[in-house]
Amino acid sequence: MIKTVSTAALPVTENLIIQKNRVENNAGGKRVCIVTGTHGDELEGQYVCARLAKLLSDEKRKLSGTVDIYPALNPLGIDSIIRGFPMFNLDMNRIFPGSSSGSLAEAAAHDIISDIEGADMCVDIHSSNIFLREIPQVRISEQTEKELLPYALKLNADLVWIHAAATVLESTLAHTLNARGVKTLVVEMGVGMRITSDYCEQLLTGILNLLRELGVWSGEAGEARNPVISKDRSVGFVNSDAAGIFIPKTVHGSYVKSGEVIGSVLDPLTGVVVEDALSPCDGLLFTLREYPVVFGGSLLARIMGVERDG
Amino acid sequence: MVKSVIYSIKSPYRQSMDIVGYTFGDGENPEKSCCIIGALRGTEIQQMAICAQLVDALKRLETKGCIAKNKSVTVIPCANYYSMNIGKRLWTMDNTDINRMFPGYDSGETTQRIADGLFKGIKDYVYGIQMTSFYLEGEFLPHAKIMEIEDPKVTGKGIGENLADFGLPYGLIRKPRPYDTATLNYNWQIWGCRAFSLFTTYTERIGAKSAQTAANAVLRFLIANGILNHSLHKGSHTRVLNEDEIRHVHTRGAGIIKKRVSVGDEVGEGDLLCEIMHPLEGNIIDRIISPIDGTVFFSYDKQLVMERTDIFKIIPFGL
Ligand SMILES: [Zn+2]
Repeated sequence: MIKTVSTAALPVTENLIIQKNRVENNAGGKRVCIVTGTHGDELEGQYVCARLAKLLSDEKRKLSGTVDIYPALNPLGIDSIIRGFPMFNLDMNRIFPGSSSGSLAEAAAHDIISDIEGADMCVDIHSSNIFLREIPQVRISEQTEKELLPYALKLNADLVWIHAAATVLESTLAHTLNARGVKTLVVEMGVGMRITSDYCEQLLTGILNLLRELGVWSGEAGEARNPVISKDRSVGFVNSDAAGIFIPKTVHGSYVKSGEVIGSVLDPLTGVVVEDALSPCDGLLFTLREYPVVFGGSLLARIMGVERDG
Repeated sequence: MVKSVIYSIKSPYRQSMDIVGYTFGDGENPEKSCCIIGALRGTEIQQMAICAQLVDALKRLETKGCIAKNKSVTVIPCANYYSMNIGKRLWTMDNTDINRMFPGYDSGETTQRIADGLFKGIKDYVYGIQMTSFYLEGEFLPHAKIMEIEDPKVTGKGIGENLADFGLPYGLIRKPRPYDTATLNYNWQIWGCRAFSLFTTYTERIGAKSAQTAANAVLRFLIANGILNHSLHKGSHTRVLNEDEIRHVHTRGAGIIKKRVSVGDEVGEGDLLCEIMHPLEGNIIDRIISPIDGTVFFSYDKQLVMERTDIFKIIPFGL
């Protein structure tokens, strides 16, 4: 059932409408929310939501509870490839919990939180930006690790990244919901402005797994893979010091050795290699630059320090 | 005057972007008294122009020996001309905002490195003044603002005390929100610098009068704090208030705005502030009236409004 979460008038005739698709069977069960599209240039979640909505609707009898699917928290942004909330120059993921008496963007954020509040679980799906490609990963803060890690392991991700808290992150959707008792997992995968279907299928398996764990889904789910967990591991950053075009020499998601050439930065005018980007450690190449043009300082890769032992 | 490159960034297809600072005052190792920074965003042309005016004024004042002994002032007019030269507000390549990257990170992405390089160059000043623009397009009455941060290094002076030194009509105290914590001014203050934001009337257009007002406000601040020996008219009496005392007036409907008042106007409770016209049919669909007696402090200056737009901000008359 399609429901309206928030609506507001735009200057000329049109309304901004944020919608969700509620798939329900035995309304007394748990409620799980799958949300995405906060950032208008991140599209991986679109396919995950589409696949999930169809699959659950087709096999509703295997559902016991409610799954609310919100594919577009920032519909104007997705519709126009604008990362932030159009007309506000604001990152929508920096205005939660919003305010019912605030601006249109803040009121929308408030409506979204009110709608999700009371759910048992929420998965917030993000893509990377257009510059970096990420392997499917769950990101949780140190504070929520104890409570959320068991659920994060169900999501069939390749990596669980437990990060330190930062004040600036207090206005994210995930932080707000976790503070209000809705266990919220943030997923980040793929690349901006594209859909990576393999990753979407991988996360779909993970979400079904999570739903099974919560007793909301009794259908097929497949096994969740064992992710690398960032705890007590080092993360190696590879940034470009030179400017030019980046040509990768390694496969994203593979294991690399310390000192291995991850890629080269070339001067497009002369063809000369101005920098060879070397891995600072042995580990999993979980982030790799997708967009070729680099400035001094551009991030080229991130490696999670892992001893390869199978 | 010493012209120096505070930070430089390389691009593959353009000349390197050198963030230039102009430092005034001589003597052996003078105190780093005040740093003034203009544009961090490509649209902050007014902010850059104010700094350019200050560089010009300080050059003349320095020749006359007006910079106080063992004091120094640095002006950085533009920290993002890459974006300015191509008409963009945010960073050219990835649309990130330098003023959401502080204190920066020297091994991070380009704008994190710019923030880091800039911050390292300017963090040790006693006073910091940033010319700021607001994310909503509109006109303000010129004012100075400081964030209320509980920090042992900044005590000793009442939080609002220096606000009057600018001689602008208003001084605001802001309680920081989470997104403020990555701004230059927040980090300046955490570092122990007393940091102010100066808001002028315009952003992209250069208002000659308001630019002069802002440049004079900075000079007045330097005089009041013993950094500059010079005389200048006193400016306005400053009313210091907390930002949350300001009343916001929202639109209820959406359409074309027909304003009935301007920034600086005094309005009474119940006075008509603006009408909203149906964008296709021309009838008036809403009339917005003032909720209080006060002065119009901010006025949204776009032609179209959506629902719930902060269209006016009104400062209540003082008691
Ligand atoms: Zn995102």
